Amino acid sequence: MSIDMGQFLQTFFEESFEGLQEMEAGLLALDSGDPDTETLHTIFRAAHSIKGGAGTFGLQALAGFTHHMETLLDRLREGRQAVTPEAVNLLLESVDCLRGMLEAAQDGGEADPEQAVALEKRLAALVAEGNDPSPVPDAPESEESQASQAVDSPAPGGWRIGFRPEPHLFMTGNDPLRLVEELAELGEVTAECDSGQLPAFGDLDPEQCHLSWTLTLQGGADEDAVREVFEWVEDDCELTISPLAPEGAEDEPPAAEGSPDAPEESTAAAAPDVDDEGDEAADAAVVSEAPAPSSAGHGDNGNQPPAPGAGGGNGQPRKPAAASSIRVNTDKIDALIDMVGELVITQSMLNQLGEDFSEDKLEQLRDGLGQLERNTRELQENVMRIRMVPISFAYARLPRIVHDLSDKLGKQVELKLEGEQTELDKTVMEKLIDPLVHLVRNSLDHGIEPPAQRRELGKPETGTLEIEAYHKGGYIVIEINDDGAGISRDKLLAKARAAGLLQAGEELPDEQVLDLIFHPGLSTAEEATDVSGRGVGMDVVKRNIRQLGGNINLRSQPGEGTQLTIHLPLTLSILDGQLFRVGGQVYIVPLVSIIESLQIQREKLSRVAGKAELYHWREGHLPVLRLRELFNEPDPGGELANGLMVVVEDDDRRVGLHVDELLGQQQVVIKSLEANYQRVTGFAGATILGDGTVALILDIAGLVDLAQAQRKPADAAAMRVATEEAHGEQTQ
Amino acid sequence: MSEMSASQQDAALQGTVGEGDQYLTFNLGDEEYGVDILRVQEIKGWSGATPIPNTPDYVKGVINMRGTIVPVIDLRERFGMPSREYTQFTVVVLVRVLGPGDKERIMGLVVDALSEVYGIPEDELRPPPEFGSIIRTDFIRGLAQVDEKMIIVLDADRLLAEEELATESV
Repeated sequence: MSIDMGQFLQTFFEESFEGLQEMEAGLLALDSGDPDTETLHTIFRAAHSIKGGAGTFGLQALAGFTHHMETLLDRLREGRQAVTPEAVNLLLESVDCLRGMLEAAQDGGEADPEQAVALEKRLAALVAEGNDPSPVPDAPESEESQASQAVDSPAPGGWRIGFRPEPHLFMTGNDPLRLVEELAELGEVTAECDSGQLPAFGDLDPEQCHLSWTLTLQGGADEDAVREVFEWVEDDCELTISPLAPEGAEDEPPAAEGSPDAPEESTAAAAPDVDDEGDEAADAAVVSEAPAPSSAGHGDNGNQPPAPGAGGGNGQPRKPAAASSIRVNTDKIDALIDMVGELVITQSMLNQLGEDFSEDKLEQLRDGLGQLERNTRELQENVMRIRMVPISFAYARLPRIVHDLSDKLGKQVELKLEGEQTELDKTVMEKLIDPLVHLVRNSLDHGIEPPAQRRELGKPETGTLEIEAYHKGGYIVIEINDDGAGISRDKLLAKARAAGLLQAGEELPDEQVLDLIFHPGLSTAEEATDVSGRGVGMDVVKRNIRQLGGNINLRSQPGEGTQLTIHLPLTLSILDGQLFRVGGQVYIVPLVSIIESLQIQREKLSRVAGKAELYHWREGHLPVLRLRELFNEPDPGGELANGLMVVVEDDDRRVGLHVDELLGQQQVVIKSLEANYQRVTGFAGATILGDGTVALILDIAGLVDLAQAQRKPADAAAMRVATEEAHGEQTQ
Repeated sequence: MSEMSASQQDAALQGTVGEGDQYLTFNLGDEEYGVDILRVQEIKGWSGATPIPNTPDYVKGVINMRGTIVPVIDLRERFGMPSREYTQFTVVVLVRVLGPGDKERIMGLVVDALSEVYGIPEDELRPPPEFGSIIRTDFIRGLAQVDEKMIIVLDADRLLAEEELATESV
């Protein structure tokens, strides 16, 4: 029987990375000083799971390293050592190192061992330090403390272990033989098997374990080590561990099982199916969560006795998973199942209707079809939702970055994260992380001032960095606010002039000055530091966000802080669209960006400089975009008298789109144009209409850009030449 | 489609035709072009495409390939040949190409008509001669002689790469 461990290995990596994140988050939460025991337990458990998994998969270096972390964590959680910033930082470093090792292992390589060795030494040193001053905390010499001491110190003679596994032990992927072998690594083991529970041969179920053992372990192993061997099966057996009397001691005979001194820990199998390490992650349930018998034999080897050595059973109870998996909240799956149920009912109803149909059932048929439509739409929406993940995944990295950076820069920063449950598409999220990290770094490096400076300015010494995510219309909005120094307009302008983006004497309206920061090569950082000087600028951030079909806006008040707003579409999602015709083609505008549709009245139309058309609308004037012109469709020409105008809004800009005909409204699924082609200015994507043809979805911001580019090609060309010249000078 | 050509059968018998050595060929006027058959995803009759405004003329637009939006380019126009009205023989050959960053993409090529499937061993592919600046040879992978006919084997990846350059400034 051979098991493809590869599939479990992938799950192990996934879970380990999640564990690391948990540890990191926990460690950062500990920072506040008053250590929360529950958090410490969580961190410890995460480390322990990684260690266990690493051991199972033969990743010795990983297991060894994690063991060192675990030792320290164990002492911290038991209060035997104080949670100092030093310890937390060391553990954070270790988390990084472990992540590196895991990544290396995932790629099939080995991480640089030096760092691990160095960290192991430091971990060990810290543990030893904690040991030195007073081995026993200043607790009174109560019996209790003696007992706890006993736990720590090795029993000189060894241990007697009563091990009575529950019959279902094999089902959890555990194997007594492996446990005994593991125990044998601690010292000499003699085993005595009790086969008294064995049923008659006819009643024997070979997949059940009916044997129990009394094991004697000689040698100096301490109790913790012994317990560790049985840690994975703790909930699936009765376990008694009692010290053997030292050899030759004149003491009474070895403590019997259940003697008052022996810390009995017989946990009845109250919750046989609970994976004791896994329930931490229960709130983010895995699709395939059922603990399957990963290694226990199936029917085909039914003749095998349930004795130790039933072969192959070396897997921990891990959750099997497909090669590429996604973690989905079970609520979402439940909702889907409900919907499919409804769909089936509707279908059978329609079926029945079709059996013997007559005119008078037309109404019923309509109802049924309406229901079918509703079911389908809901199902579609919910299937899409499976890909949606809460933004907390992207947030997860930020506390660490703020922690490390503020230490490094000597600044005090409070990070506030809001809207953690706001969901967005998984792919968007993955691409969002880098820009987000960059912006946070920027804020800390250039934005928030050092405490002394802040005091002088009359601000609280601790700066605030606030990140909030929420849904607005068909978009997700992420706001990043800091109360730092803001961006100096003068400095930006000077830089832009130096780079040749602006002619001397040329002025820019205020709102455009800040946009300069998105130009390549313009950074307000006085010098490249190792924090921000990575050759990545705001231009890259902007490009990344544009690539996702979103945009980014910046507002800043010198002295008061900077506000960045990122708008991102929920790609792959469905949007409510207004369909309309221009020339022979159908286009779609997201309903959320439409303010009003109106019939054009000639007298409200005016022209500026004989070119740009403006429409008098609600106390103001609206620039008009003739879509036919923009799309190079033959224009019937003349006035805009016939035709309709759709007033649309993008951020603060409003324009009127001149269209030929308004069609219906419907929900459309956004499809990417980039996947197989490329980004096309003016279009957010495409969709497939009911008849199978493709219709393009307009992107208002892009359309406005397009119109401007078409109107002022000369200006644009001049700008390009200016940039190129500036570039040439720099390289010379 | 017509039967296997003699040379292809020969090649197959001799075992010289390797995995990637089969080519689907199609006509543009009197010329015959070939693409690696393993790259061909699907062949469709021409049934229109949704034009994308402000893209080069040879980009005929996008079509729906079972839920995926795929761009379609007219090979004649791409090569600067006189365009021709689409007929019942006009087909769209959907090929997989590697875009920037080795990302796989699908694009459609509008061609006059399909022709054959040939086996052409790699070593029978000859590099295209230099035409100077009269004809662009960037997307030609090689030339092969089959049954007195010259087959121009295309480098599909370049077709897309080139195309991106052409539209970048739009």
